[in-house]
Amino acid sequence: MRAGDHLLAATLLVTAGVASAAGDAARGALLYEARCGACHSIDAHRVGPLHRGVVGRRAGSAPGYDYSPALAAAGFVWDASRLAAWLRDPEALVPGQRMAYSVPEAADRNDLVAYLKSVSSP
Amino acid sequence: MLIETLRPPYAARRNFFARGSGLALSATAFALLAGNSRLAVAEAKPMADVNILNVALGLEHEAIAAYQLGAESGLLQKPVLDTAVLFQSHHKAHRDALLATIEKLGGKPVAAKSNGDYAAALGAGGLKSQTDVLDLAARLELGAANAYLGVIPSFAEKNLAKVAARLAADETMHWSLLANALGKPVPQAALTFGA
Repeated sequence: MRAGDHLLAATLLVTAGVASAAGDAARGALLYEARCGACHSIDAHRVGPLHRGVVGRRAGSAPGYDYSPALAAAGFVWDASRLAAWLRDPEALVPGQRMAYSVPEAADRNDLVAYLKSVSSP
Repeated sequence: MLIETLRPPYAARRNFFARGSGLALSATAFALLAGNSRLAVAEAKPMADVNILNVALGLEHEAIAAYQLGAESGLLQKPVLDTAVLFQSHHKAHRDALLATIEKLGGKPVAAKSNGDYAAALGAGGLKSQTDVLDLAARLELGAANAYLGVIPSFAEKNLAKVAARLAADETMHWSLLANALGKPVPQAALTFGA
């Protein structure tokens, strides 16, 4: 990743992080079903990887899922800010990854992240 | 039930495909996607487009398996079973078209998993009634419609964006009929798909 890419990624994280201060996990669950449910499930790998425990997990590391080389090498741990940045523009956060879907509205990202946090807590 | 009301023309169309079968589908697929010479020379990020198409292919593999599981479950009664088989044939046509296009663009199509893997991932063991099967199918169709609509802006090749819209239209048609069969209300708001 070039210096400019680092700056862009950091900017995305700050922007997304501020917006992810509060979210509605219940609404996030509904959004998850409608927006993410085609490819993802909480407890099973499908077209995309499972999401239980994603907050706090190293990117590209859920056992049994065949990640893109880019995501497998991303080297960061998912937190609320990174998840919000990912949902806003996956390719900007991890160039070369495979997810083409994004969530343009900050409120929707916040609620989705709140839901993902809720399914990541022990 | 709308599915029953619409059964005759659906059944007729299925029989047409059964008679013309492979040739008709592959010819359609080629005309739809791979036969477009522009795709072979797409210059802007063809591998990014291939990645999106492979995600779509993964969805189609899963949908085909889901309808297979439903058809083999013994839970679907005619004429619902016939409609499920017809919908599965649509997904097989989508699969064939996507496969051809991915290969045309120089990509490697993602392979289908085993039906056992799909059954586990989709919780097929919990399906106890026809309603359960239809509800699963409706959720998958709605998710696929939203997914296809959501990736339209991401395609570098605009003809592929149109294909994604056509796939979304098929999935929306499937969802609409399934939702009707399940007694779900018509969405009251406009622009609910892909939101």
